Amino acid sequence: MVTTPRPIDALVIGGSAGALEVLMTVLPALPRDLSAAVVIVLHLAPHKPSYLRDVLSQRTALAVREPDDKEPMLPGTVYVGPPNYHLLIERNRTLALSVDDAVNFSRPSIDVLFESAAEALGPSVAGVLLTGANDDGARGLARIRASGGITVVQSPETASASAMPEAGIRAAAIDHVLPPERIGPLLVELAKRSGGSR
Amino acid sequence: MSAEEEHSALELGLLLEAIYQKYHYDFRQYAEASLRRRLSAALVQLRCATLSDLQRRVLHEPKAFSELLRFLTVQVSELFRDPPYYRAIRERVLPYLRTYPSIKIWVAGCSTGEEAYSLAIILQEEGLLDRAMIYATDINGESLRAAEAGVYQSDRFARFSENYLAAGGRGSLSEFYTANYASAVMDRSLRKAILFSDHSLATDSTFAEVELVSCRNVLIYFERELQERAIGVLRDSLCRKGFLGLGSKETLRFSAHAPAFTEFASDERIYQRI
Ligand SMILES: C[S@@+](CC[C@H](N)C(=O)[O-])C[C@H]1O[C@@H](n2cnc3c(N)ncnc32)[C@H](O)[C@@H]1O
Repeated sequence: MVTTPRPIDALVIGGSAGALEVLMTVLPALPRDLSAAVVIVLHLAPHKPSYLRDVLSQRTALAVREPDDKEPMLPGTVYVGPPNYHLLIERNRTLALSVDDAVNFSRPSIDVLFESAAEALGPSVAGVLLTGANDDGARGLARIRASGGITVVQSPETASASAMPEAGIRAAAIDHVLPPERIGPLLVELAKRSGGSR
Repeated sequence: MSAEEEHSALELGLLLEAIYQKYHYDFRQYAEASLRRRLSAALVQLRCATLSDLQRRVLHEPKAFSELLRFLTVQVSELFRDPPYYRAIRERVLPYLRTYPSIKIWVAGCSTGEEAYSLAIILQEEGLLDRAMIYATDINGESLRAAEAGVYQSDRFARFSENYLAAGGRGSLSEFYTANYASAVMDRSLRKAILFSDHSLATDSTFAEVELVSCRNVLIYFERELQERAIGVLRDSLCRKGFLGLGSKETLRFSAHAPAFTEFASDERIYQRI
């Protein structure tokens, strides 16, 4: 039996220490007509709310948004989780926020985003875990894999803090372990599987 | 949908239906992703393997339901959480409210009372508290009792005080509470101005006409349809030109009720009823 790969509709990305720099390498590789949504959660000390959005917009042709609750998740758009809220994906492809307790001492938590993505979108998700100093995101990555999604981890030797990618590798079967400069091109390939029809 | 997914959707629906029928709490239209997370945590705490097990326990043991309610509702709050919001209330909304002979305010989803006390403090500092009445409502009875007592742990006050100053507080927050060792109690003058009571945005309707509704980080827990119902209740409770304040990531943008309001302070998510 020949199985055609499922289209990837959402690229969910998480990281902490050093991850902002990695995103500065990854995001410029993404074309304006990317047919997947990019949803990002980073552990950052809550600066000005719009800080992350502003920094990232300078590095990408895509629109970057700090979403409001219930905002539709659109292809070709980058969403960054606002400080002090968890960011989740709902089955009807809207984004939801919550102020539930911190998970892994973090709000936003990468596990919360990844697990909701797995639950809502199953095989049409790719989860990307970047550099970081704790193990948030590892469980979520395992969940994405278990629901048929694709798992990607930044290669620990290229990470400024390797605990997070290493925890990811321990927790789940990883489809791609890559240095920062190869992550962007892979994401473009994964998104192409959806044929760019929307 | 896979068979497993179908099962789990069915189990969730039945559990929420059972809770509604037996206890009249309606969680059937709560935002699913975060609700599921909290239910998974509840399964561990209540030692149930599946949502069906949980359903059976909750039906037979009212105590288990009280425990579950702590997971179903999220009790996270702070005095002056999001200081820019309270600054906008003080500097932009109160100048309007000041012109009314009496000021009625509704804090919908008040949790343990922090939001209501924050507003009472601002009113006090602006010399308006003696002609103000604050209704503060929630569905969590345990939280309402804590709110009424107005007692918070001392170690939270450093943060509260920072928020208070960032929100434009005129003096020192310590003027508004009495600290003991481990806890502090809010002043009687504030507590006197607030009426705490049980009310659900999911099942109850409007109970008073007010000049300001503050409903922060409650709507995020609802699906769109339930949000529409709740916003309808909030709208119907507002007098003409009354104000509606939401959480910093909540918006009327996706609501059919939006045309009934104008944006008053858009960054702070404060709307004015037309
Ligand atoms: C995250 S807290 C927000 C507390 C406060 N408003 C603030 O922003 O600091 C959410 C509150 O909404 C309450 N809530 C949940 N469902 C509700 C409903 N149907 N009607 C009224 N309140 C509800 C919960 O019990 C909880 O106290």
